Amino acid sequence: MTTAVAPAPAKAPAAPLFGKAEKKAVLDPLWDNNPIALQVLGICSALAVTIKLDQTVLMCIGVIAVLCASNTIISLLRNMIPSKIRIIIMLVVISSLVTLVDILLKRFAFDVAKGLSVFVGLIVTNCIVMGRAEAFAMANKPWPSFLDGLGNALGYSWILLAVAFFRELFGSGTLFGVRVIPESVYADAGGFYFNNGLMVLAPGAFLLLGVIVWVQRGISGYTESH
Amino acid sequence: MDSIMLPLAFLPAADDSISGLISLAVKAMFVENILLAFFLGMCSYLAVSKRVDTAIGLGIAVVFVQTITLPVNWAIYNYLLRPDALSWAGLPGTDLRYLGLIFYISTIAAMVQIVEMAIDKFSPKLYASLGIFLPLIAVNCAILGGSLFMVERDYSLPQSVVFGVGSGLGWMLAIISMAAIRQKLRTAHVPDSLKGLGITFITTGLIAMAFMTFSGIQL
Repeated sequence: MTTAVAPAPAKAPAAPLFGKAEKKAVLDPLWDNNPIALQVLGICSALAVTIKLDQTVLMCIGVIAVLCASNTIISLLRNMIPSKIRIIIMLVVISSLVTLVDILLKRFAFDVAKGLSVFVGLIVTNCIVMGRAEAFAMANKPWPSFLDGLGNALGYSWILLAVAFFRELFGSGTLFGVRVIPESVYADAGGFYFNNGLMVLAPGAFLLLGVIVWVQRGISGYTESH
Repeated sequence: MDSIMLPLAFLPAADDSISGLISLAVKAMFVENILLAFFLGMCSYLAVSKRVDTAIGLGIAVVFVQTITLPVNWAIYNYLLRPDALSWAGLPGTDLRYLGLIFYISTIAAMVQIVEMAIDKFSPKLYASLGIFLPLIAVNCAILGGSLFMVERDYSLPQSVVFGVGSGLGWMLAIISMAAIRQKLRTAHVPDSLKGLGITFITTGLIAMAFMTFSGIQL
């Protein structure tokens, strides 16, 4: 899905599929308007699934699929949804999509999906999905909504992958289950090195995400007023 | 006391005795705090923890919704969805578990609607201060997460009630302590780009570390 709509250069002249606005819709959430660091959406799952990189990748695939599809579908339905019951309708659309993704992930990557436990189901309540449906898809055409979904899902994914990279590297000394820090430097084998147990536990995730948000905001120059 | 000196983690899953239920409540509240250990309900936690009074209001609402939805979802799972659940209606051999998410989320949305109307009637001031966050309880991961954990861990009815109250109280405890800390932080000199979200995460990490001291607890 990502290769099909990779941000192409803005060269198509008339009614462009990848004009400036479309490019902005995909690229903006990656950095300037990142869903996690700046919009503060979708934190819940960002932390729970980042102990191992392979779980994180699977979770990112799930979120990308659900967010693109839900934004497109809700945008298609936007003129038919009465605004009073829109939350329920959005939830039904999203939870059907998540059920589908859950079944597909269990079919094609059973072991890793099992490790994700309830967190695939919790994509339903991932604030990014609801937030983008409410803030963007309800007011825009399907194609920009799809791109907005893609951009936000990718912006979410890279932060997740960054957190998971550090947690797996320092917490278990591996990346994607492959040993990176050699066995021989560990204290057990006569070396000096210990895995940082804090990284695998919850507080490590909080501290790490806090630091990543700090760095991101430091570079992008965003400050929050109290 | 000797018989219940087991560490909490090793308690059997289906233990409906009083001591088992108390252990489950303590575990849900402190040891496996739904926010600090499973990261559920972070979004509203971050958004509403700026003031202590709104944090208390939202905390109470979450405890309430959690306590109602868990037993309701327990009944839905056990009498509608689980394999062979429909045999009471003369329909053996069904397995509707794939509909779980849709059922749970609809129950939660309906319950939130009821709580919203109740708060509006009994405490308009609280209603006004909770503002848009009340409908957002419907998409609070802590609520759906509670239901999913209940199904995954195969809790009995008393256990799911206790787990609902315990995890709701745990969430409330976390958000109130965070709100209290954030009120103090307002006058602290925090680096500009660390203000707000960054420092909140780091503080939450420290609270989570403090809560980990409960993990050795024995009843």
